[in-house]
Amino acid sequence: MIEFESVTKTYPGQTTAVSDFSLVVPSHRTVVLVGSSGSGKSTLLRTVNRMVEPTSGRVLIDDEDVRERDPVALRRSIGYVLQHGGLLPHRSVLDNIATVPVLNGVPKREARTAASELLERVGLDPKVGRRFPGQLSGGQQQRVGVARALAADPNILLMDEPFGAVDPIMRRELQEELLRLQADMHKTIVFVTHDVDEAFLLGDEVVVLREGGVIAQRGTPAEILGAPADDFVRDFVGADRAERELHITEVDGRTIAVDASGRPVGVLAP
Amino acid sequence: MKWLSLNWPQVVELTRDHLLLSAPAILLSVLLAVPIGRLAQQRPRLGGPLLGAASLLYAIPALPLLIIIPVIFGIPLRSPATMIIALTVYGLALLVRTAADAFGSVDPRVREAAVAVGHSPRSVFWRVDLPLAVPVLLAGVRVVAVSTVSLVTIGALIGVPSLGTLLTDGFQRGIPAEVATGVIATMLLALFFDAVLVAAGRILTPWTVSRRERLLPQEETT
Repeated sequence: MIEFESVTKTYPGQTTAVSDFSLVVPSHRTVVLVGSSGSGKSTLLRTVNRMVEPTSGRVLIDDEDVRERDPVALRRSIGYVLQHGGLLPHRSVLDNIATVPVLNGVPKREARTAASELLERVGLDPKVGRRFPGQLSGGQQQRVGVARALAADPNILLMDEPFGAVDPIMRRELQEELLRLQADMHKTIVFVTHDVDEAFLLGDEVVVLREGGVIAQRGTPAEILGAPADDFVRDFVGADRAERELHITEVDGRTIAVDASGRPVGVLAP
Repeated sequence: MKWLSLNWPQVVELTRDHLLLSAPAILLSVLLAVPIGRLAQQRPRLGGPLLGAASLLYAIPALPLLIIIPVIFGIPLRSPATMIIALTVYGLALLVRTAADAFGSVDPRVREAAVAVGHSPRSVFWRVDLPLAVPVLLAGVRVVAVSTVSLVTIGALIGVPSLGTLLTDGFQRGIPAEVATGVIATMLLALFFDAVLVAAGRILTPWTVSRRERLLPQEETT
């Protein structure tokens, strides 16, 4: 369980990235922080692994203040996936995945064998293990990033717009892959994105942020989409968008769902 | 050619002396320039003056330097140590700025990601910064190596034997073949160092080679 207690982060020059943010992320759940740039979502995420120290307030992991933990040990105990993969360009894919176990003193050979198994778990051919990150596609690099985050079997995964830089088809595949992995891993995931569809797809709970890290609304995707708290949320999640407003219509005896502009989007299951 | 065939053993011996003066100086330059360059890159306020001072070292004329060094270090004037220290000073002058640039060339996002997944400051240096600085650093070391090999010849002026001895001796006794042998042997030695460094670079930076060999699309696994 991760708790944010009145977290405030002010940068020199008086810009307030986050002000008085409180949230409980329950264990084994995926909570998505969604907001546009300037909403402080990445800042919040980075307070968990102490890449950012709050100006005031606390972050607790299982009731322990993260400031009481050694930052290096804390970071090794948390899986972290970044937008640009953040892989080491000079290490092979296998060595990248094995980074944290090797830093923790696991023998190299053993760590590489485990890394090879992880490659398969994230849907990559073990043969890519010998290559360098620069030889992989963007989507493959993100999969390696996920594998690296999982290598030390952490309880917590922090994901900072991990699929933001890949093309839409690849992004969809990566999202499905994450859902599949989470179904049998049950990690505590904090996921940051600016893409509301991604937030609704992945989040057990979604937190919509407005400028300066202020919570506009939190709840399940259905709650937010069904009852937006205000115009900001309604606008942000696109509750008024034509493709969100579905009707059903009968065509040749089958029930078709169409959006507000009459475009068919799916067939209702019988 | 006749001169060379008659004096072959002496040329070999002087080449060995030359090698034993230049190699330690190059090595010392690298070992000192890397931490200084890293410091300069991490602390720009300190780094500016530091880099300026390092460059100024190159402006010290060689002969006064060769006389001051024995005084400062309390070693005999005509010792290889004097020569090696002087060469290291010039090597540093050339290499410190490059070393700072080499660390500056490391993508800050890669460094930050390394910290975020749990590298300690020490392992960031050894496992991330240093290996990624190698390509730029190596370019600087190649310049230093060639420059050092050519500067070693100055040692002949204070009586430290090297291939430079062939130059001073050849001039004094009016033997063009001896001078030519000295020049050519020095150049060959410089080329040898350069080749060794290029080879070392290939081994130390395998990822820069393989990046050029990008995958064909059909090899993509998704």
